[in-house]
Amino acid sequence: MVQVAFFAGAIGAIAGAVGVVALRNPFYSVLALVVHLVALAGLFLLLYAQFVAAAQVVVYAGAVMVLYVFVAAYVGAVEEPIWEPIPGQRLLAPLLAAALFVELSIAILGTGLSALDSEGPTVPLGFGSPAAIGTLLLERFLVVFEAASMLLLVAAVGAVVLAGRRVPSAGARGEAPGQAIGPAAPSAPEPGGSGVADEHAAGGVP
Amino acid sequence: MDVTWYLVLSALLFSIGAGGVLIRRSPLVILLCLELMLNAGNLALVAFARDRGDQDGQIFALIVMVVAACEVVVGLGLIVAMFRRRLPLNVDEMRNLRG
Repeated sequence: MVQVAFFAGAIGAIAGAVGVVALRNPFYSVLALVVHLVALAGLFLLLYAQFVAAAQVVVYAGAVMVLYVFVAAYVGAVEEPIWEPIPGQRLLAPLLAAALFVELSIAILGTGLSALDSEGPTVPLGFGSPAAIGTLLLERFLVVFEAASMLLLVAAVGAVVLAGRRVPSAGARGEAPGQAIGPAAPSAPEPGGSGVADEHAAGGVP
Repeated sequence: MDVTWYLVLSALLFSIGAGGVLIRRSPLVILLCLELMLNAGNLALVAFARDRGDQDGQIFALIVMVVAACEVVVGLGLIVAMFRRRLPLNVDEMRNLRG
């Protein structure tokens, strides 16, 4: 039974990962990542990590993926050019990834850690439960917990600063031709026209 | 199931993510592949937590999730800023910082 659950989760996770890399449309890549994350949450449940699995589904597959879906819909599909800066990159990259996998597998299978060939020790009741994880977070890992909350705060402020700055982009991009032509043309013939044009331009900026 | 299975699966997922980072050009998909790699690391952490019978690895996995969320927020903010300035959404064309 555990084997069936493991292989179902593993196949789902691998299929989702391959889908993220292989699908052309970024929107479908995001959806494939959702499949991957839900399958991984199932594997976490098999490893007695209930709270991590719940956080995976709620935080990752829920919140973070909504952010990704929003940005993928906002940016739209980006066509990837055929032009390659490094010749043979599309052939070399899978080879390097396969070499990395072989290397990691050798490291895992040839390790001296003896307990890896077993299912692990029998765990007490409540292993990985929200109560146990919460106790650990608020007692032994309190500093880590506070540092993580600080990091989230800094990231939120950084995102607002990065994405919310609209004055230079709107002025430089959309209104640049109108402003370059507008004041120059009417100011020469008569001053009254320039005032109207400026008012019109100022009304268009916000 | 042996813990080794989980670790090999984690290595496979990490390799797929690394290959995706190398192949794809769109910064959005590269962020997605980074998520794959971070989740492979999470799987290894939780598997080792099961292997040792210790919950510290699960705390590590939760903190990795927090860091991944921060990385996503900042990365997506950068992508939105690039899109607003009509910069090309292609990591090979964003080469102004290249020496």
